Amino acid sequence: MAEKRLKLKKNTKNNTITYALVLAVFLLIEIMQGTGNISSLLSGLLVPLCMYSILAVSLNLTVGILGELSLGHAGFMCIGAYASSIFSVVTQNTITNVWIRFPIAILIGGLFAAVFGILIGIPILRLKGDYLAIVTLAFGEIIKNVLGSIYVGYDSHGVHMTFESASSLDMEPDGTLLINGPLGISGTPNDSNFIVGIVLLAITLIVVLNFINSRAGRAVMSLRDNRIAAESVGINVTKYKLMAFTISAFFAGIAGVLYSHNLSILAATSKNFGYNMSIMILVFVVLGGIGSIRGSMIAACVLTIIPEKLRELQDYRMLIYAIVLIVMMLLTSSPKMVKFWEAHSPKRFIEDKFRSKKSKAKGVQ
Amino acid sequence: MKKTFTKVLAVVLALCMVVVCFSACGSKKDGGDSTASDTFKIGSIGPLTGDNAVYGKAVQYGAELAVKEINANGGINGKQVEFRMGDDEADAEKSVNAYNDLKDWGMQILAGTVTTGACLAVVDKTKADNMFQLTPSASGADVIKNDNVFQVCFTDPNQGIASADYIADNNIAKKVAVIYNSADAYSTGIYNTFKSEAAVKGLEIVAAEAFTADTTDFSSQLNAAKNSGAELVFLPIYAAVAASILKQADTMGFKTTFFGCDGLDGILSIENFDAKLAEGTMLLTPFAADAKDEKTQNFVKAYNEAGYDKANLNQFAADAYDMIYVIKAAAEKANVTPDMSVSDICNAMKSAMTQIQVDGVTGLQMQWKATGEVNKAPKAVKIVSGAYVAMD
Repeated sequence: MAEKRLKLKKNTKNNTITYALVLAVFLLIEIMQGTGNISSLLSGLLVPLCMYSILAVSLNLTVGILGELSLGHAGFMCIGAYASSIFSVVTQNTITNVWIRFPIAILIGGLFAAVFGILIGIPILRLKGDYLAIVTLAFGEIIKNVLGSIYVGYDSHGVHMTFESASSLDMEPDGTLLINGPLGISGTPNDSNFIVGIVLLAITLIVVLNFINSRAGRAVMSLRDNRIAAESVGINVTKYKLMAFTISAFFAGIAGVLYSHNLSILAATSKNFGYNMSIMILVFVVLGGIGSIRGSMIAACVLTIIPEKLRELQDYRMLIYAIVLIVMMLLTSSPKMVKFWEAHSPKRFIEDKFRSKKSKAKGVQ
Repeated sequence: MKKTFTKVLAVVLALCMVVVCFSACGSKKDGGDSTASDTFKIGSIGPLTGDNAVYGKAVQYGAELAVKEINANGGINGKQVEFRMGDDEADAEKSVNAYNDLKDWGMQILAGTVTTGACLAVVDKTKADNMFQLTPSASGADVIKNDNVFQVCFTDPNQGIASADYIADNNIAKKVAVIYNSADAYSTGIYNTFKSEAAVKGLEIVAAEAFTADTTDFSSQLNAAKNSGAELVFLPIYAAVAASILKQADTMGFKTTFFGCDGLDGILSIENFDAKLAEGTMLLTPFAADAKDEKTQNFVKAYNEAGYDKANLNQFAADAYDMIYVIKAAAEKANVTPDMSVSDICNAMKSAMTQIQVDGVTGLQMQWKATGEVNKAPKAVKIVSGAYVAMD
């Protein structure tokens, strides 16, 4: 009994550190902005940083907690971006209040991504390991390619859709073109800002961290650790797998909303929604520590800032970025360094001071 | 021993963080007092890494060459010019980051961006800052929707019209097949206007075959083009993909004339591409390295003497070279000085752009409308014995 209580406390403490970190960064940036001490580069990066953090945290739910490798995360982001952008463009003139329109757009982006998460999740979550990774990769690419070449417009006769060209939509002259094929959607209002981003990140953290520590979260983790054992005690495999996958997709969609409302042009290219992006998010998760929510958030921020800060170095930028990746990988994952961190962590130090005997267990957090 | 190593490592890492913090502070200060500088700071943005690096590099070399020449000849209005290029990997988000970074550096005029997709994201930022922007090669029609943006190159719709006109007026072919990238703004932009202009000019499009990014096998598109009895295959696509299409056409024994736009420029310098396969290919581009006119020859000579990579000597380099001279002409016309604010420079340059006339490498008597569109005569080149030769 005492053991269990101690564990719970540890979780709470760990989560509090995560929230405090986000709050501290938020306050720091606010102070910097208030005093005008912020560079254009950094202030332009604030929304992307929130976005990548949300992506990394949500993917960590699939990769770290559910234990399945998903390479289609950018696809869900793409759906969220497109769905919310269409909504915002259409209602731009009817709902003029940003504080009403944008939250609805965020919800729409997240819900659309979640629905696709369920639809895609039902067939593919029957697969395991590499096979699942391959199929999610394929789905992500399909989403990107379809949205990247479809033409959608509407007029008095309703909605028109084609893969041919804008002129073959056969719209009335007063019709509005919503998705212009590879040119995508233009004119999305720039509603994203740092405060919205950080609030969304906080919501993501609250939902994900509470989910992990909930009954459902434990069920999901038991599936990860031993599916057969979990099934034998009556855990519904499909339900819990789908639950984690859908929540993950929902937040990826929300990140997509942030993305599409941050730039005035939204086009599905292999740069922003392709498998490169999915792998990039996976890199955040892996380098931050699979299963570590705080770690993936930090990794997302560090790996987004580094290539931008290194712009001074011109051509050597990407070379150094690669070296940083390798060094980070070694520092966080090589057995020797893991041992080193364990031996030198402040937590361990304090624990050693108070009770030098019992400190062996290491939670997933 | 091991302990000391780890301690040293910890100290080094801590130092790194401190240095990063300070470097951040430094760059901030630069941004603050840019107006006090005594040089023109011209920034550009383009893909210096990644798939489209050949275009970004070309722009960088062309612009640097022009800046060097201008500085050697006394600068703009007696002031020296500084040029810096930011990498955007042809991605909208990275492009905005690069733009913000250049702003921190103190950029006063944006001479970019190189690619259309990225440019569309940046134009709204320059609009908000009211910064003068002149793009060498972003050819999308929407790029110039704001009044502070001007183009050196033709817009995509104009390229489509010019291509159809050129093919029809010179009686090159009657039946045309098109292979285009349906997931690419540049390619579909040209195709759409080519299609409508072809109908006007009486050209028959017998096959329109689309592919999407990452396609490597073009046999079905080529077969459709071959079976349709086309006399000419129109390729409004970029050189790297066109190279593999030409290779596969050769393998399947499909001999025809290929016709492309400025994206095809640089096809001869694609790695592992047999230049013989491109023999007879025509392309509508404002620049051919071995054109006989004096402007082009001087530019090519200066480019080679400066020691830049020959593979990047293409239309993009020429556009960028012209771009810097256009900025010079407009700045001198408007009498701007580096101590003016970004917004004042923009307002002065905007009105000056419609009044100037520049003889450049990519066209003589280039003039601009207030919309930002350039007015110059299209040129076509043909690949003859492994070299671009200007056609009349």
